[in-house]
Amino acid sequence: MRYRVRAHFRETHDVVTVVLDPAEEPVPVPRPGQFCMLWLPGVGESAISLSGRSHPDEPLVHTVRAVGPVTAALCALGVGDEVGVRGPFGRDFGLDDPDLDGADLAIVAGGLGLAPLRPVLYRVLDERDRFGEVTLLVGARAPEELLYPDELERWSRSGAVAVFQTVDRAWPNWPHEVGVVTQLVPLLRGRVDRTWAFVCGPELMMRYAARSLVGRGIRPERVLVSLERNMQCGFGLCGHCQLGPFFVCHDGPVLEWSRVESLMAVRER
Amino acid sequence: MDEQAILELLATEVFFAGVTRDDLARVASCGTQVHLPAGTVIFREGASADACWLVLEGRVSLETHAPGHPSLRLSTIGRDQILGWSWLFEPYRWHFDARALDEVAAVAFDGPALRRLFETEPRLGYEMLRRFTQLAIDRLQATRLQLLDLYGPRVGPGPVAVFDDDAR
Repeated sequence: MRYRVRAHFRETHDVVTVVLDPAEEPVPVPRPGQFCMLWLPGVGESAISLSGRSHPDEPLVHTVRAVGPVTAALCALGVGDEVGVRGPFGRDFGLDDPDLDGADLAIVAGGLGLAPLRPVLYRVLDERDRFGEVTLLVGARAPEELLYPDELERWSRSGAVAVFQTVDRAWPNWPHEVGVVTQLVPLLRGRVDRTWAFVCGPELMMRYAARSLVGRGIRPERVLVSLERNMQCGFGLCGHCQLGPFFVCHDGPVLEWSRVESLMAVRER
Repeated sequence: MDEQAILELLATEVFFAGVTRDDLARVASCGTQVHLPAGTVIFREGASADACWLVLEGRVSLETHAPGHPSLRLSTIGRDQILGWSWLFEPYRWHFDARALDEVAAVAFDGPALRRLFETEPRLGYEMLRRFTQLAIDRLQATRLQLLDLYGPRVGPGPVAVFDDDAR
């Protein structure tokens, strides 16, 4: 489907958020954790997670880091430019699951991993009474590379979410933590026996974060990680994104740690 | 806060979980509660390391310095965490600076007194050494992850929100 850029925001030196309005019949509303294929004619397409609100009245919002020709072109889009959208694809974070009623939530984001988790935060804040304690742990390389800093401060000030931020490197005026995001796990609020965790970030970070969460006592089947593979078709047909028995574009990208732990430990040749 | 109150406090801390009440009382006898205003320099690189702290409230920054950079923050230590292990190992000198970022409440332990206790009570000493070693291992692993520069686009295929087939 054709979409048109309504607005774009530079988040960091290499990350841009694009806000898209449908130029024709819109795609179905992506759920938190799902992704769309964004397509630029003559350049290519790339799988990008929803980073905005999951709501039929809201525009499609994606946050993109320029790491190759397609994403660099997506980051360079201007207001009014057109982009093709396929999707949405994949398994979402399952926020409709009634098992989450009354649950404590641990939301753990590393780097750009905060982007796919932002729709989770929006939904949780919209239904705040449905959940117990909600903790957001955010890690980034440096303060200037943190996504959505204004929203992080706003969520923190609201008291609805306990927000803890950490960076690998900081100058003395940085008011938050210094260290890797796994070091924040002891700060989680709530009871581990009723906690569900949503984790997104670079795979290495997710491995260590998931182990820390399970080590703290959270059940591995309640630790949901959002995996990244080479998604191309979006239907689980082409096989580019295969991870053991899973096609990440179709069976994932959100999968339980209990199902993928051994697969994520397999070394590439 | 008297020794009994410190004992009760230590009994609730994960770091001391499983330590017998008698042993905990011996450890508590080496501690005093302290309140440190924000900005307090708790110790300085190169100075004699003669204490450690169990942080109860607030945060402490571990820092070093370099020409042109008077203060480089390496990590932060917060509630329920232990600050300082150099008092346990020769030459008993701090490797970094430590500064209170907020008002800090802590139990400060007398390092030489703890060393004497551990030497005269080797079973307790071994148990505590295991715990401090685990602490050092955890921080070493965290430091390794920091060194990996996890969040950069060149580590692996990149985070979920972005994937360019041609980016690898």
